[in-house]
Amino acid sequence: MDIIISNSSNQPIFEQIKQAIKKAIATDELKENELLPSIRNLAQDLRISVMTVKRAYDELEQEGFIKTIHGKGSLVATKNIELLREEQMKEIEKYIDKIILISKTSNISKKEILATFEYLFGEDE
Amino acid sequence: MENILEVKDLCKKYKEFELKNVNITLPKGMIMGFIGENGAGKTTTIKAILGITGDYTGEIKLFGLDNRKDDRKIKENVGAVLDDMFFPEILTPNDINTIMKDIYKNWDSKLYFKYLSDFALPRNKAIKTLSKGMRKKLEIATAISHHPKLLILDEPTAGLDPVARNEVIDIFQSFIQNEECSIFLSSHITTDLEHIADYITFINNGNIILSKTREELLEDYGIVKCSKEEFEKIDKNDFIQYKKSKYEYKVLIENRKTFSKKYKINTIDKITLEELMVLMIKGEK
Repeated sequence: MDIIISNSSNQPIFEQIKQAIKKAIATDELKENELLPSIRNLAQDLRISVMTVKRAYDELEQEGFIKTIHGKGSLVATKNIELLREEQMKEIEKYIDKIILISKTSNISKKEILATFEYLFGEDE
Repeated sequence: MENILEVKDLCKKYKEFELKNVNITLPKGMIMGFIGENGAGKTTTIKAILGITGDYTGEIKLFGLDNRKDDRKIKENVGAVLDDMFFPEILTPNDINTIMKDIYKNWDSKLYFKYLSDFALPRNKAIKTLSKGMRKKLEIATAISHHPKLLILDEPTAGLDPVARNEVIDIFQSFIQNEECSIFLSSHITTDLEHIADYITFINNGNIILSKTREELLEDYGIVKCSKEEFEKIDKNDFIQYKKSKYEYKVLIENRKTFSKKYKINTIDKITLEELMVLMIKGEK
């Protein structure tokens, strides 16, 4: 599994870890019930604080992606494809919000944005 | 979570300087970075924790034991690196092994020599012939080789080049692979702490002005950069301190997420410890 941490990104490091793990779950690189690295091990390997990894794992657990079994560690929970899609949609919405903010402050019309989007996205199906 | 170190209302008066009600709590298995300007009280606090400076008021507990009563038990479980080298300069790393074997019950010569070779330190050269960086590494190897549970380090990375700093940080991280172990370290090089510290405690002029998890400070806290007009619209309760410069206002805020929901300001960045220190010390409210 690749976990790439960008220090210059405005995205929190724990979010970056969460996304890397979610992606690995979505692409089946991490299988159901597969054991994740221990919090301390991952912290050392990524050279980040234990708290940061703990926060990422805690949130992944709350969101239902992983489960923690005491004494054993954290495992990938039963997969929920719907949940993953919803997550990704939310992520996309965040960027759309940003587009709207910029377009409003710089007076660029919705029509222009949509045209640009069509052009860049290319043919769909 | 149990605490490995607890400092309660530590006060100490000097002629020109005073530690005022210093409170520190460090749980097991965690790294705490202790930051502040020169002369802010970092070394004084560390010396009180280590029992080097007596005559303070307040309470200092390590492993739940009182620092003034259970001194011997505590020392066996603490490894320390101070700013000044404590060995006579004519000794060699080999001599240090001979001496430490008699001081600590748990001294581990094998581990010590392993660190010496990891750090590429010579065994038979007098300390006085070693470079500053090598001495620092020797001190760290010495502090860690009796399997302490708590490492207390005053500026352990000062004077080290980036590669050596990297090696040292690796050692710190492998040290806390054991959940029973913690590290308390002061540093000027805030970038070292930004990644590996779990807690950041900030001392200014003898007062602890901030003690929070790394997550709160470096992910939730933020720095808003905006124009005068934008700044004037921000409610006083929504920021901590601000600093005005010629082209922008820098505003320290507690939570980037909630702030960005309330205000439409384009630049809300994560903060670095360096920026945080400057805004806390030089900023105004």
